[in-house]
Amino acid sequence: MSRNADIHSLEIKRSYLGSSLFGWLCAAATYICIAVLVGLLVTVLVNGVPWLSWTLLTSFPSRDPAKAGVLPALAGSLWLIGITALVSIPTGVGAAVYLEEYANSSWWRKLVQLNISNLAGVPSIVYGILGLGLFVRAMSLERSVIAGALTLTLVVLPIVILSTQEALRAVPSTIRQASYALGATRWQTVWLQVLPAALPGVMTGVILAIARALGEAAPLVAVGAVAFVAFVPQSLGDEFSALPLQIFNWAERPQEEFHGLASAAIVVLLAVLILLNTGAVLVRAKYGRRIKW
Amino acid sequence: MVSPLKTRSGTASATDATQHNTEAMSNTVTDLRPKPTLKAPAIDPTRPGRSADELADAPAKINVADVDFYYGAKQALFGIDLVVPERCVTAFIGPSGCGKSTLLRCMNRMNDMIDESSVKGSITLDGQDIYGPRVDVVELRKRVGMVFQKSNPFPKSIFDNIAYGPRVAGERNKARLYEITERCLRHSALWEEVKDRLDDSALALSGGQQQRLCIARALATEPQVLLMDEPASALDPASTSRIEDLIFELKDQYTIVIVTHNMQQAARVSDQTAFFFEGKLIEAGTTTDVFTNPTKKQTEDYITGRFG
Repeated sequence: MSRNADIHSLEIKRSYLGSSLFGWLCAAATYICIAVLVGLLVTVLVNGVPWLSWTLLTSFPSRDPAKAGVLPALAGSLWLIGITALVSIPTGVGAAVYLEEYANSSWWRKLVQLNISNLAGVPSIVYGILGLGLFVRAMSLERSVIAGALTLTLVVLPIVILSTQEALRAVPSTIRQASYALGATRWQTVWLQVLPAALPGVMTGVILAIARALGEAAPLVAVGAVAFVAFVPQSLGDEFSALPLQIFNWAERPQEEFHGLASAAIVVLLAVLILLNTGAVLVRAKYGRRIKW
Repeated sequence: MVSPLKTRSGTASATDATQHNTEAMSNTVTDLRPKPTLKAPAIDPTRPGRSADELADAPAKINVADVDFYYGAKQALFGIDLVVPERCVTAFIGPSGCGKSTLLRCMNRMNDMIDESSVKGSITLDGQDIYGPRVDVVELRKRVGMVFQKSNPFPKSIFDNIAYGPRVAGERNKARLYEITERCLRHSALWEEVKDRLDDSALALSGGQQQRLCIARALATEPQVLLMDEPASALDPASTSRIEDLIFELKDQYTIVIVTHNMQQAARVSDQTAFFFEGKLIEAGTTTDVFTNPTKKQTEDYITGRFG
């Protein structure tokens, strides 16, 4: 009897309508996102999978849809992200280490920091025009792989710097203090303690940046990359194409077949992205496992 | 002068420490009863402390003379004068924010890393000004080791943690590094617990083990002075008493300065006690004197627990 009475006193007297409504709204937002993504993927796969073939990967673009392929575009994209990574990782990580570990806080550092944050939000076409003026014209690199890669480096550099800074800031200051207290120099502290501890975060940022570079079309159009290239780039000075340009080129053609090819090229692009992400996950699993603060 | 101390601190310290613990516990039990008067922590006359004469005879290891310290415009230390005698334990006590940790961090120049901080006055180590223009801070920190309040092992293996100090000093020989690791782990009474898993992550150790690892790590650079910033404040009583035993053993070889909030702890482990309040050194003297016969009212109020 007394138990019953206790239960009675705890009975719901008001409904937590607002609370559950908020939960439902958040759930709805999540499911809408997932639905849109799944819809996109399904459309692309349905249209593209019939066109996926070895020919697609090993052939040059052609007027005949049955013979057309993405080889130069795929090779161009790999060249681009390879060189972009080679240039942007040392520069970006270096800049982040300087800003976080070396620079004294001053109005100058704050100004630089503010500018980097703003640069991360600048539309990529602006970098394309800058690349056109700086690399293509002023440095006379013409429409080469290196001009495209350097332009993409401009696009992703702020992302690499900001995410690396974030990763460095996540390393507890007690680690730095312990290292300095043992008589380590700043260089030893950064190289032996801070960077290894920050590596998983840095990798995440780098992969995000490379994925961004892989998907960019606008800055490449601005520096004069073309969709129809009849050869695989052999050196930094060669003309090039890239997957997003190829996709755009095929998608704007009137023939139905080329739309299928565009979808197939998107599948190739996504596959490259997923490979990159898998690489990042593996690196994080290898180095990140041991670090639990 | 040294030999009777050696036997006492060497062989009898473990039993001493248990005695201290039981005594401290019975103290707290009596303190819990409603009593009108507050009492300072009791000093155990049999603890392996240095006598007043020994303290006076001991050569000065660190000499702090008229030191002011500023965080930007805010002054944190006001004209501190203090002598830290060699191979003794000096305890800094005082309420939070009184400047005791700041002074501790001046002694190995860890405060250098704080932007816009400045030090006036002089601090000498073996007669040499550590803020002198030609002083190598890296070399200074090898001679003045530090253990932090929160144990902060590197996210690496136990071996790599201990070997880090010698490695950054240029030691590459793996066999030598293992020798150092074993010696330091034995010294910090951790060897038996971890000898079979030197390659395991240091972060897998318990809190008390991590702190002893940090002490071992600090010993690996063969310092002469060991600064401890509340080394046991985050530990359970059993781990705390192990750290205190360790301090007794280490003081035969090292000069130790310990910051503590725990007055019982200061009374148990230290030979000399310095009481700080609002950035000033109020009173310093042998631990026995400070706790049984404080000369200043503020000191008495603090050690009896009236404020702080």
